[in-house]
Amino acid sequence: MSVIEVEDFSFKYEGSDFWAVKNINFKLEEGELVLITGPSGCGKSTLCRAFNGLIPHFYSGEYRGSVRVLGHEVKETPTYELARFVSMVFQNPENQLFASTVEREIAFGLENLGLSRDEIRERLEEVLEIIGIRDLRKRAPFELSGGQQQKVAIASVIAMRPKILIMDEPTANLDPVSALEVFQLLLKLRRELSMTIIVVEHRLELISSFVDRIIVMNSGQIVLDGSPRQILVLPEVQRIGIGVPKIVLLCKRLREKGVNIPSLPLTPEEFAEEVNRYRTRQSY
Amino acid sequence: MQYVLNGVNLSVRSGEKIAIMGENGAGKTTLIKHINGLLKPTRGEVKVLGYDTKKTPVSLLARHVGLVLQNPDHQLFAETVEEEIAFALRNFGYPNDIVKKRVEWALNVMDLARYRRTSPFLLSGGERKRVAIASILSYDPEIVIFDEPTTGQDYLQKQKIAQILNLLSLQGKTIIVVTHDIEFAAENFERIVVLSRGTIVADGRPEDVFSDIDAIRKARLLPPQITACAIELQKHYPQINVKTISVDGLCQQILKLVNPFLSS
Repeated sequence: MSVIEVEDFSFKYEGSDFWAVKNINFKLEEGELVLITGPSGCGKSTLCRAFNGLIPHFYSGEYRGSVRVLGHEVKETPTYELARFVSMVFQNPENQLFASTVEREIAFGLENLGLSRDEIRERLEEVLEIIGIRDLRKRAPFELSGGQQQKVAIASVIAMRPKILIMDEPTANLDPVSALEVFQLLLKLRRELSMTIIVVEHRLELISSFVDRIIVMNSGQIVLDGSPRQILVLPEVQRIGIGVPKIVLLCKRLREKGVNIPSLPLTPEEFAEEVNRYRTRQSY
Repeated sequence: MQYVLNGVNLSVRSGEKIAIMGENGAGKTTLIKHINGLLKPTRGEVKVLGYDTKKTPVSLLARHVGLVLQNPDHQLFAETVEEEIAFALRNFGYPNDIVKKRVEWALNVMDLARYRRTSPFLLSGGERKRVAIASILSYDPEIVIFDEPTTGQDYLQKQKIAQILNLLSLQGKTIIVVTHDIEFAAENFERIVVLSRGTIVADGRPEDVFSDIDAIRKARLLPPQITACAIELQKHYPQINVKTISVDGLCQQILKLVNPFLSS
């Protein structure tokens, strides 16, 4: 059983004239780490909301097709049930933070799951450590900087150890090193907790080397679906208006000039290795 | 008492376009709130256009310094986009015909004309950001500060924002942008100021600042991808110039590397 199965799914928000997503078909397997990207308005947030039940239970409209999450048909499953295994971190952390201290914020979801005090305490410490916000534990979330708030939001969601984690532009307010740490954390969560993770992002430089699969959306539809190395070189990606990582642009330019680097590097280290390999081959 | 900013010395000349970068909690937002007088220095002084901010009311500074906040919802309040944009102008006492003209201009520059009678709160996050920008631009301040203008914006929207920053710069305005977006900063600014834990650790051209690994590391930044590639390459090939920011710049160097006898 795939973790998420979407079949001919279309959705139109109430009062809107156009389909926010149209005829979506795709499957997500357990343990996949997927990036969904596309220009503003392409339907990525709509799709994410269809996974945790916000659509159709919170956002009403015209719903067609089927979305099944861990075997549950979303339109027939209440959000509180889906919340046991799907968690979402929103773009704007202020939309989900509310408690008087960071500790309380993180504990809230766990209390709602009915965990014991000891279990809650253990997960709290673990998550504070993993995200690197131990020094913020007694602070009020609303007093923190935007980036710190984002870390708290991520922490409170990760503490729930969901089977499926959806992150809508999780690093929008984070400094680059923190963003990198979050992505490394995702690998860890995937490995240790078999989490299936969906990340929605516009900035592709950092995330591309972490994900197994990139789904590109445009005007409500999935237009490309494949591995980062397959997808990022395609001309359609630039044409749609997606910010292709500079490293990819560099490799394309080198290929135009006759320097053919066969395997597309996604990080500066990989790039240097590839150039080295090229030069070594040259000397034969 | 913990100082959020400690011994900051910064001068910005008229017409400069600078990016302020640094780790979360470095003090960037705190710093820029001193420029329109929302915050007053505990020690030292802040002078803006000759005014000492400790002795000048915010209402006066606000005419000359526009601040577009990180979260547009913190500054949007009106019932329609038009009213939102007109607000400051009306407050400053501009006559109706000028208000109309300025509002039209701002609506068009930010591509919001079709939303003029829409409630700002019905718009998407990116659109609300544009409304916030439009409402500041309408009263034409000499100094415009943007706190994280590109978060949540897709590539094309970011290019539009870069164009707007350029336009404002050509008009002679002084532009200050706080941003985490390394690629955006590298492409669009002649001067980068890096703040870390309340002090400035680097201040200069992008190619100099982004190759200053110590400063970058302190501020939890990363170099732009091309610069990072140049730095990695230089470990094997010392002739590579790490102060490279553009795709073309590095491409040329690599071509020379693989074809040393080829003149590009």
